[in-house]
Amino acid sequence: MSPEPLALYIHWPFCLAKCPYCDFNSHVRPEGPDHARFTAALRAELAHEAARVGPRTLSSIFFGGGTPSLMRPEDVAALIADATRLFAPSPDIEITLEANPTSVEREKLRGFREAGVNRLSLGVQALDGKALGFLGRQHDAGEAIVALEVARALFPRLSFDMIYARPGQGEAEWRAELRRALDLAADHLSLYQLTIEPGTRFATEHARGAIQLPESDEAARLYHATAEEAARFGLRFYEVSNYAKPGAESRHNLAYWRYGDYLGIGAGAHQRLLQGGTMLATRRHRAPEEWAARVEQHGHGTVEETSLTPRERGREAMLMGLRLAEGVLPARVEARSGLPWAAIIDPVMLEALLEEDYLHWRDGHLAATPEGLLRLDALLPVLLR
Amino acid sequence: MPDTPLDRIRNFSIIAHIDHGKSTLADRLIQTTGAISAREMTEQVLDNMELEKERGITIKAQTVRLNYLAKDGHTYVLNLMDTPGHVDFAYEVSRSLAACEGSLLVVDASQGVEAQTLANVYQAIDAGHEIVPVLNKVDLPAAEPERVKTQIEDVIGIPADDAVMISAKTGLNIDQVLEAIVTRLPAPKGDPNAPTKALLVDSWYDAYLGVIVLVRVKDGHLRKGQKVRMMSSGSIHTLEQVGVFSPKMVAVDSLGPGEMGFFTAAIKTVADTNVGDTVTDDRHPATEALAGFKPSVPVVWCGLYPVDADDYEKLRDSLAKLRLNDASFHFEPETSAALGFGYRCGFLGLLHLEIIQERLSREFDLDLIATAPSVVYKLKRNDGTEEDIHNPADMPDPTLIQTISEPWIKATIFVPDEYLGSILTLCNERRGQQVELTYVGSRAMAVYRLPLNEVVFDFYDRLKSVSRGYASFDYAMDGYEPGDLVKISILVNAEPVDALSFMAHRAQADRRGRSICEKLKELIPRQLFKIPIQAAIGGRVIARETISAMSKDVTAKCYGGDISRKRKLLDKQKEGKKRMRQFGKVEIPQSAFIAALKMDA
Repeated sequence: MSPEPLALYIHWPFCLAKCPYCDFNSHVRPEGPDHARFTAALRAELAHEAARVGPRTLSSIFFGGGTPSLMRPEDVAALIADATRLFAPSPDIEITLEANPTSVEREKLRGFREAGVNRLSLGVQALDGKALGFLGRQHDAGEAIVALEVARALFPRLSFDMIYARPGQGEAEWRAELRRALDLAADHLSLYQLTIEPGTRFATEHARGAIQLPESDEAARLYHATAEEAARFGLRFYEVSNYAKPGAESRHNLAYWRYGDYLGIGAGAHQRLLQGGTMLATRRHRAPEEWAARVEQHGHGTVEETSLTPRERGREAMLMGLRLAEGVLPARVEARSGLPWAAIIDPVMLEALLEEDYLHWRDGHLAATPEGLLRLDALLPVLLR
Repeated sequence: MPDTPLDRIRNFSIIAHIDHGKSTLADRLIQTTGAISAREMTEQVLDNMELEKERGITIKAQTVRLNYLAKDGHTYVLNLMDTPGHVDFAYEVSRSLAACEGSLLVVDASQGVEAQTLANVYQAIDAGHEIVPVLNKVDLPAAEPERVKTQIEDVIGIPADDAVMISAKTGLNIDQVLEAIVTRLPAPKGDPNAPTKALLVDSWYDAYLGVIVLVRVKDGHLRKGQKVRMMSSGSIHTLEQVGVFSPKMVAVDSLGPGEMGFFTAAIKTVADTNVGDTVTDDRHPATEALAGFKPSVPVVWCGLYPVDADDYEKLRDSLAKLRLNDASFHFEPETSAALGFGYRCGFLGLLHLEIIQERLSREFDLDLIATAPSVVYKLKRNDGTEEDIHNPADMPDPTLIQTISEPWIKATIFVPDEYLGSILTLCNERRGQQVELTYVGSRAMAVYRLPLNEVVFDFYDRLKSVSRGYASFDYAMDGYEPGDLVKISILVNAEPVDALSFMAHRAQADRRGRSICEKLKELIPRQLFKIPIQAAIGGRVIARETISAMSKDVTAKCYGGDISRKRKLLDKQKEGKKRMRQFGKVEIPQSAFIAALKMDA
């Protein structure tokens, strides 16, 4: 068996402002970060990991954050050049960069395209001015639309994110907002329901009752409405919150969901690598300056590296894989976990879940039905041993 | 030391409603006669247990011996017997009263007679007591002594003209109370030369001395070193110590007729000392025991389960420890599909149940779940065999049963006029039969016969809420009667939850069944599968609710490669399932059952 192709994630941990819903590893530096230092550290850590992994096919690169569109395009270019030199890029390599649709960042889009980015993911989040204010975004609806038009002209592939099931948002309003978004003709959309994450400003406001999310019945209706609208524009859901035209699915994110091998470079990044029958889970230091200092001293900013047990691997493979419309292939889960299928799932509960029409078999894959997908967090502990 | 002459002894108890001032008066008597110095005086000397102090109720009988120099120039020994003040301990009360010749009836001069007072005063009259009415708190502006005197005469039927008017709090007229005890209460009778006969009034366990036995000598003597025999159990003990409470324990050489005191005899558990038993001399035994002995029988049962299964052993040890000091309380192991391993426990009544439960949590730091209390049913099968059932789960199939008899009570309820209507409605709803309805001024006294089963099910709470807390209530057991009773099983996902099954009258089965199904629907969180909740009599479903499946439960955003966090959440969920109870493919958190049971109580 030839080794898995590799996905590469590069984390830029800085933002202009912290959004109140976001619990990602992001930091605000009012005077701006030291671009030269952090780019050098990213390049050093990438070189370090490449030396450990050895030659592999590289199928995707993803610049995430934080806000990677705040990076200098020449730094992005240098990292892409390093990665495609250290590994063997597949001919159709997907290189994504997350960007915010503010006017400042819009000016830099051409530079990112020239650096080699071939897929842009725009953090639009909403097309309603009031909602953008509530979400703490730095752009307005007009800027978002301009950014989308510029990006569509520049990049072969375009995705954007939206957040719905916001407090007080009705189904009719959301359908209208989503249709306006779908009119802007992206080939990929990530449509997330607003969730309250611990440690965020929204969590504090939610705890004291200032923010109320829709009830679960209402949230389920909004979810079904979303899938319906997206389908009308030819975008199929292929993961819980992700919709794409056929062939336009995010290859990088599919690597996560299919529990493939991926490198994670940068502050707070995660990595999974199966080598010689051992699955190593690696985590980098979350604090950017501390991470950089460690890279400068040791060549890497790793704070934790553990070998996952077969059971943990089985659980991870299943909890990621069942998020996908395509579901999981038992043989692949067995290969990635090192456990037989019957030791991963409870066959009695599997029967009950098939009976209830929460799961179904399709082309040898076990997949969640749309109803099962909506209840995945409750379904997994029942199904898995 | 010679015996105290009989005509210099007075044995008395104090009858009062909670808060009417029994303990304050007792404290005053102790203080006035100098049995305890003002410095030693702590609030309410007699109620020892923390719980007794807090609730203002007495659980164990106690005595204190007072020396009083009366106006006639003689010194009298006054033995104050503090009796348990609640119907759950009616038998214990009757034995305490049997140790005395008279009672002070303390009534709050503004509140008047309450239900509890009434039941106790009738018991005292039954025991042949002379009663001295005492009106307390006469110094308060709201006091209406004349009205209350009339009430005592009308309701209780004893003269109250020469009631002693006091304020226990300020000490007003306490001397008159002491004189009344001497002049108005009879002296005890007894024969110093007859074979020893002493009434066993109560007993409790002391870690250093073993069991301490409280006695009232009727005939003959109890002496240190004497070999005595318990007439009901036949057990023989050698007295190690004989003494009186002053209120501290003071050893004496002997206790003669008419006297109260204690003995110790290296007895290990109170279960060896039955309240009401007769203590006699082993070599010269009395031929006849004192009348009125009854072994204690639990009236109300419930299951007690540790919330944390790891506490099972601790629960067992704690129950055993409590039983050391309370032989009226019974326990046996029990298992439940919903609650795990626990104990079925028997109590003298609801208050007794509450006290034991509270002591378990307070003194032994146990977190417990109690199933709904059940009374003891007498069951007659078609084949003629009879049995007592104290757990609805043990009830056989209805087709095998000829009759089920249930215990009834006679309840006395005092309530302000304006709430009488709702009280009568409540009693009628609970299958009550009116025995008597009388008015005393603006207060009504309703006497009802009620099935005990209807009272253990939230009756107190309803009584309190429909009368805004103004109703007072007391009851006495009133025999068994056959009833049209059915066992209602609760089924979750088509499987019976033993801990939730209960008995009810057929006429109320539908309503009760529906109410518990509705409650469970509220309490059980929505899950992956829909869950039918049913109430059934035998195979017939009488109520049904369905908990619909949860509609959405999925993390919206899951990328960025941090799978560990999500997996750890899943690991935690799997761990949490160990606390769940399996009902087919459905798992119900134990907390839902606990909440359902708590709502019932």
